[in-house]
Amino acid sequence: MSAIYILWLRELKRYTRSRVQIIASLGQPILYLVALGFGLGPVFQKAGAGSYLQFISPGIVGMSVLFTSVFSGIAILWDRQFGFLKETLVAPVSRMQIMLGRALGGATVAMIQGVIVFAVCLIAGFRPQSWAAIPAALGFMAMVAIVFAALGTAFGSIIQDMQGFQIIMNFMVLPIFFLSGALFPLSHLPAALTVITSIDPLSYGVDGLRGALIGAWHFSFALDVAVLGAVAAAFLATGAYLFSKIQL
Amino acid sequence: MIRADNLVKTFGEFTAVNGISFDVKQGEIFAFLGPNGAGKTTTIKMLTTLLKPTSGTIELDGLNPMQQQKEARRRFGIVFQDPSLDNEQTAYENMELHGILYHVPRKVRMVRIESLLKIFELWDRRDDYVKQFSGGMKRRLEIARGFLHTPKILFLDEPTLGLDPQSRNQLWTHVKRLNETEKTTVFLTTHYMDEADRVAHRIAIIDHGKLIAQGTSTELKASTNSDSLEGAFLSLTGESLRDETASSADQMRQMAKMWRR
Repeated sequence: MSAIYILWLRELKRYTRSRVQIIASLGQPILYLVALGFGLGPVFQKAGAGSYLQFISPGIVGMSVLFTSVFSGIAILWDRQFGFLKETLVAPVSRMQIMLGRALGGATVAMIQGVIVFAVCLIAGFRPQSWAAIPAALGFMAMVAIVFAALGTAFGSIIQDMQGFQIIMNFMVLPIFFLSGALFPLSHLPAALTVITSIDPLSYGVDGLRGALIGAWHFSFALDVAVLGAVAAAFLATGAYLFSKIQL
Repeated sequence: MIRADNLVKTFGEFTAVNGISFDVKQGEIFAFLGPNGAGKTTTIKMLTTLLKPTSGTIELDGLNPMQQQKEARRRFGIVFQDPSLDNEQTAYENMELHGILYHVPRKVRMVRIESLLKIFELWDRRDDYVKQFSGGMKRRLEIARGFLHTPKILFLDEPTLGLDPQSRNQLWTHVKRLNETEKTTVFLTTHYMDEADRVAHRIAIIDHGKLIAQGTSTELKASTNSDSLEGAFLSLTGESLRDETASSADQMRQMAKMWRR
């Protein structure tokens, strides 16, 4: 247990110590919020779908959690290059514990980042349906964070260099974000897109956040929780397996 | 303490280690020498559970590191050829993290961290981030860390690479002292023959994945009629340069890694 704790703590320290990075990582969500939230707002309003800022804010929170958690998982790549990974791999601790410590640390950091972005959304004018909805929203944030920290760990165990990282970024992380319903409603889509969006785990995370915060569900509370829970278990198992197979 | 029997490691077509056997006794300082790409690092990786041997057996303090992995890992410390510190944490935090990973009880941990950092003259810099350290300081910290959990065996893979003579000298003095006071068995590789000559009780020379000679420095010199270990080494391994083959082997290993997934 102490090994899980110290590796979790390491992730947290890395995050809180890089203040520049925290500020830099807020740039993207703010840009989306301002450019899309306010830019597309009038069109969205005209289509009779209400306030776009209200609609997109949970999506932007989901996006921040997604990016932060995947990156913290992929940070295994840096540890591989700077050598620290070896130190943990020869330690008399099971790989499962190492992987769990890292993934939970990454998920915690992603949660913090999600909360900060949520605060930014509030400043921009977003209002949840009731403050009592916050705990449920935090719960969904946590599930999204664990799902994608585990996925990041799985990728980080496989890829060996920066090219691999680019491929993951362009062909996995960005599609997961854009095809999740973070930016547009999932109803009345072309059939192909409906299929893709419904196999994207982030769709359920964003739906959960949006449902909890503004009461607009596409799926349902129960389905979101079930899917996220199952995917988290599957990704954690896959991540742990791939991590245990790392040879240097 | 360390026994290897007919150890083989192949990467695809390439045989990095080809049937080597040796036996290191408790408390001994054993130097493992060889030109670039001879198979030194691969051997250390197999001994330290980072790589699975293709065939052959290993025994560490009577344990089979492949079956009793955790038990075996508790018994050795390792300083890798390239750095393995966490640059974003302080020297003290790096030690602390290591102590926790190796289950060193809190009280013992605090005492040992302090004494080791003092021995390696890093105590005053304990709260500085490792990224601010020079190469020599990082090496010292890594070696101090390797001793933290009182390992029975310490593996040092080219620990003095890129250090100035002062740091090298100091480093070996510390290693020798800890070898004497804590009875740690030391298994080291280096390219500096004078270091091996000075510190090691016994020396093995590996080339092209095979052990070609084994014995004390005096024995090796006598058997090759050389007056220095460097002379003995060159007459055993030849004068040809190995950088070319080493790098293509590395490339092949990279390729093999890529395609295996």
